[in-house]
Amino acid sequence: MNDTTVARLAAAVKRYGPLTALDGVDLAVRRGELLALLGPNGAGKSTSIGLLLGLIRPDAGRAELFGLDPQRIEARRRIGVMLQAANLPATLRVGELLRLTMSYYPNPRGFDETAALAGIADLLLRPYGKLSGGQQRRVQFALALCGRPELLFLDEPTVGMDIEARQRLWAAMRALVAEGCAVVLTTHYLEEAEALAQRVVVLGQGRVLSEGSVDDMRKRVALTRIRCVSDLDAAAIAGWPEVAAATREDGHLRIATARAEAVVRRLLDADPALGELEVQRAGLAEAFTELTRETAAEQEAA
Amino acid sequence: MNAAAVVAASPAATPAMPPRRVLGAYLAEARSECLRYLRAPGFMLPILLFPDLFYLVFGVLMGKSEGADATRYLLASYSVFGVMSPGLFGFGVSLALERDGGLLTWKRALPMPPGAYLLGKMLMAMGAAAVVVLMLLAMATGLAHVALTPVQFVALLATGMLGVLPFCALGMLVGTLIKGQGAPGMLQLVYLPMSFLSGLWFPLPMLPKFLQQFAPVWPSYHLDRIALAAVGIVHEPVLPHALVLVGFGVAFFALAARRLRRVG
Repeated sequence: MNDTTVARLAAAVKRYGPLTALDGVDLAVRRGELLALLGPNGAGKSTSIGLLLGLIRPDAGRAELFGLDPQRIEARRRIGVMLQAANLPATLRVGELLRLTMSYYPNPRGFDETAALAGIADLLLRPYGKLSGGQQRRVQFALALCGRPELLFLDEPTVGMDIEARQRLWAAMRALVAEGCAVVLTTHYLEEAEALAQRVVVLGQGRVLSEGSVDDMRKRVALTRIRCVSDLDAAAIAGWPEVAAATREDGHLRIATARAEAVVRRLLDADPALGELEVQRAGLAEAFTELTRETAAEQEAA
Repeated sequence: MNAAAVVAASPAATPAMPPRRVLGAYLAEARSECLRYLRAPGFMLPILLFPDLFYLVFGVLMGKSEGADATRYLLASYSVFGVMSPGLFGFGVSLALERDGGLLTWKRALPMPPGAYLLGKMLMAMGAAAVVVLMLLAMATGLAHVALTPVQFVALLATGMLGVLPFCALGMLVGTLIKGQGAPGMLQLVYLPMSFLSGLWFPLPMLPKFLQQFAPVWPSYHLDRIALAAVGIVHEPVLPHALVLVGFGVAFFALAARRLRRVG
C-alpha cells in the first residue's frame, strides 16, 4: 500500500447466503481524487461502500481505510459519510444535528462555513423532520463534510434533488476536491459521473467490469452515434460489418458504430438524398450500457 | 503489514482527538438523545403515565380498603412495573426503529465514540425512571398518606433509577433481534407476562403455587424484592437480588452488543 491510497478493497468477497454480492473486488481510492462507482442495482456498489466503512465485514479479502481496519475509530475520524437512507432524528433542529456531528471530529470545519458550503444556512433552526426530501439530502451532505474529512463517501447523493440543488451540490463537491478531499461517489446519474469524476469504476454482478478515466471508458467502448433522415432499410444497415446496431425511430435512422467515418461514407453513397446527418460521440451512458450488456452476454455464453 | 508504520508514513497522520473533545462528543450525544425524546411527548408520555394510572386505580382508590400496608406494598411493586417500561420500551423500541430507519448504520459509519449512543439512551431511561418513581411517591405520600422516612424515599428512588438498567439491556437485546414496528408488540409480550408472573400486579401469595416457585426466574421479581425492602415491607438482604440483576444485565448486554457489532 502506498501513501497516496486512502481506501482500499483487496480481493474482497461478500456473500449473503447463496448470493455473492462481491466476488473478489479490488478497488483503490487515491488521495484527492473523485472516484465514481457505477453499476446497475445489485452490482455491489453499496456492499463495497459498506465494507470500506466497516459496516459489514468481508468473507474473504481485505478492506482498509487509511491503512487501518475500517472499524477503527481513528480511521473513521478522517472520513465523512452520506448514506442512501438515513432517518435522522426528526425532532432535532438542523443546527443541533450539525453541532452533534461536528462533536465527533477532532478538527471540524466551522459551523457557519459548513452551513454555507452545503447551502443550509436558511435551514438551521428548522426541525429535520419538517424538511423536504431534497432539503434533508442537503443537511445530510452538510453532516458528511462538517468533519473536514480527507475522504468523503457519497451514496447516491443527488437522488430527490431538483436541478438547481443538484448543481449546487456539484459545485460544493468540486470545492471539496479542490481542497484535496477524496470523494467516492455512487450514482445512477451518468451525467453526474461524467461531470465530476476523474476516475470511474464500473461494477456488475459483484465484479469490477472496468476502471479508468471517463475518456478511457468511452474509448473502451468506442461507439459513435449517427442519426439521419433516409429511406434506407435499418435492418439491412444493421447487417453492415462496421455497424453495432441500427434502428428506425420517428422517421430517423439511428446507427451505433465503432467506425463512424466508414459508415458515413457508405451511407452517403447508398442514399444521395440522405439529410439531417448528425454524428455524435457516445456518452458515458452508452459506454456503460455496452459494458454491462457485454458481461450479461458473456454470462449467458458461459 | 504493520498498521502503525503505514499511519506514520501517510502525509497527514491521524489527527489526535483530545480527551476534552471525546467527552464533549459523549455529552453532545446524551443531550441530543434526551432532547429528541422530550420533544416527542407521544413516545414518552404513555411510558410515564401508564404505571401511575395503574397505581391510582389499584393502589390508591381500591387499596384504601386493604389498609396502609397494601398501598405501601403496591407503591414498591408499581414502581418496579413503572421503571421496567422506560428500560424496555424507551431503549428497545427506539433501537429497533433506528436500526430499521438507517440511523444506527449512519452512526456506526461516523466516528461517534463507541458507547456514546447507548449511554445517551441509558441516561434518558434513568431520567424517565426517576420521573415515574417520583410521581408514584407523590401519589403515595400525598393521596394515600403512606408514611415514608427520607431514607426509604431515597432508597426507592435509587432502586428505580438503577433498576432500570437491566431492563435497558433486555430492551436492547429485543431491539437488536427485531427490527422496526414489530418490536413494541414483542416487548409487550415480554413486559406484561413478566410483570404479572413476578407479582407486580397482585402480590405473589395470591398467585398459584407453581407460579410463585417460578417467580425468581424473572429479573423483575428480584427488583421487586429490593423495592419492597426499600420501603420497609420485607426485611431481607438485598445483595443477592442485586447480584442476580447485575448478572441478568451483563448477560443481556453482552448478547445484544455482540449482535449489534456483527449485524448492526
